[in-house]
Amino acid sequence: MKRRSMGVLLPAACLFLAAAAVTAIASGSAGIPLLRVITTILEGQATPEFGILMDIRLPRIILGFAVGGALSIAGVILQGMFRNPLVEPYTLGISGGAALGAALCIILKLHYVLPVTALPLSGFLGSCLVILPLYFLNMRRTVLRMQGILLTGVMMSFISSSLVFLIFAISKTQELHSIVFWIMGSLEEPSWTLILVLTAIVVACLFASFFFAPVLNALSLGEEEAVHLGIDTERAKKQLFLMASLLTGISVSLTGIIGFVGLIVPHFVRMLTGYDHRRLLVVSFLVGSGFLIFCDTIARTVISPIELPVGVITGILGGSVFIYVLARRQGLARPGGSL
Amino acid sequence: MIEVRGLTCGYGEKTVLHDINLSVGKGEFFGIIGPNGSGKTTMLRAMTRLIRPAKGTVLLGGIDMKSLHTADVARKIAVVSQSMPLIEMTVREFVLLGRIPYYRKLQFFEKDEDTAIAERVMEMTGIRHLAGAFMSEMSAGEVQLAFIARGLAQEPQVLLLDEPTSHLDITHQAAILDLVKRLNRQEGLTVVIILHDLNLASEYCDRLVLMDGGRIRKVGTPAEVLEYETIEAVYRTVVVVRQNPLSQKPFVMIVSGEVREKCTKGS
Repeated sequence: MKRRSMGVLLPAACLFLAAAAVTAIASGSAGIPLLRVITTILEGQATPEFGILMDIRLPRIILGFAVGGALSIAGVILQGMFRNPLVEPYTLGISGGAALGAALCIILKLHYVLPVTALPLSGFLGSCLVILPLYFLNMRRTVLRMQGILLTGVMMSFISSSLVFLIFAISKTQELHSIVFWIMGSLEEPSWTLILVLTAIVVACLFASFFFAPVLNALSLGEEEAVHLGIDTERAKKQLFLMASLLTGISVSLTGIIGFVGLIVPHFVRMLTGYDHRRLLVVSFLVGSGFLIFCDTIARTVISPIELPVGVITGILGGSVFIYVLARRQGLARPGGSL
Repeated sequence: MIEVRGLTCGYGEKTVLHDINLSVGKGEFFGIIGPNGSGKTTMLRAMTRLIRPAKGTVLLGGIDMKSLHTADVARKIAVVSQSMPLIEMTVREFVLLGRIPYYRKLQFFEKDEDTAIAERVMEMTGIRHLAGAFMSEMSAGEVQLAFIARGLAQEPQVLLLDEPTSHLDITHQAAILDLVKRLNRQEGLTVVIILHDLNLASEYCDRLVLMDGGRIRKVGTPAEVLEYETIEAVYRTVVVVRQNPLSQKPFVMIVSGEVREKCTKGS
């Protein structure tokens, strides 16, 4: 695949995101045609159709935008700082912690006490439960050991999924169903406040991550080389790790585990933009948002009115597209892949 | 330019360098030689602050390096190592990374000045025609030139090189070292270079330090350092030292085991 200039990529990525959003708002079991969607929104009257668009479809689109973008840039950051293309936001066990938190919340029936916030809150606490030991166990004096983080993260992931299975084994069928559905991921979220808070944090992180683009570029040569280029790698690594954890933690706690976005989107975008994180971060964010909105549209329309877990769609669609692209690239046999 | 005073350092519990005192003058072409594991690379790493001294200090232009900011050091010292980027990038992108120490706080993109400097250093190192090529497509010699170009893009006062000529044929060995020498003589760049090949070290360096077991064995001109008794003791190998007829620099020849046996029998 040829590298494209930013003048082509940026409009193309925006267009993709816009197309995904328009498709998402115009499709669904209520069967409102696109023209009707536009007039309904423009008129802005409290018709049932207006309600469906603004209270059911729009929140999902915004949540998809925020979570898709968050997972993608978390993936870019982690792949960049670990110099490992197979690392993704969930490799570090953050999702496992969140799943454990949510599962505990469901069997302890905490969501009856705090109906809106209990699940996201316990998901977030669960991910903190993983992030903090991960961070402090791998601090040696002032040095953050990257390989240590990776290994501890994978182990934490195993431990928390074992604990989730333990909870499965002792829970009743109905609770089991809620836990499984939470874990498989969904963009359904009734609280506008939570959606807007998440979106604000994610957009802020996108801007913040842009400040780290030169640092990530230098880190792609290795830590020692980055030091030679005048980067305070220890400070940068800590900040980047915490930012990626925050992005993953808040996304997972609101939507459950939506896999593959954070792994595949950065990979795919890197083929087009090259190594430079200044382009990679922005384009990945846009493509990731669009991809997740698109997958969610498929998830809720393909056998409507039954809604499929969106994580299933991202996995199947993302995985197949990626294998296809990879096979085509190898078929072209250009020397030197993008990673 | 660089002064090492009473330096003791190492990795964790293991001390590699013991009480090193060394001074490299401005504009000097200074070579570090010694057997494997004698502490050459550690010395270089201490000069770039990758390793903090356990005891002693390293001064850069008279200032203790501990008190310098990381980016300040990178504007003064450039390091030419051998770690290839794992991620695909073009030669121009690679060389432009050398401008990172000059980025301001809120600067995301290279200025015209940065691009101009990158073009100039690629011209100086003779790789401008390769600017759009990918690093992974280049030969070993060209990669080494790109590393030097990236170092020069940092506009340093000191260039540190860790065995830039290993794995290269003599054409490229001479080309690389001639280039570094030219930069040293014409641009006044201070050069500190680790070389495995004693004869290259002898030919190109103004002064040499011979390391042995984490200590300095000898410092001086190639003629002073490369004496056969010293070399035989440090490298535990029998050698003959003669003079290069053109440069008058010492030339170290290895004596193989077979020849050694013949000679002892003959006498």
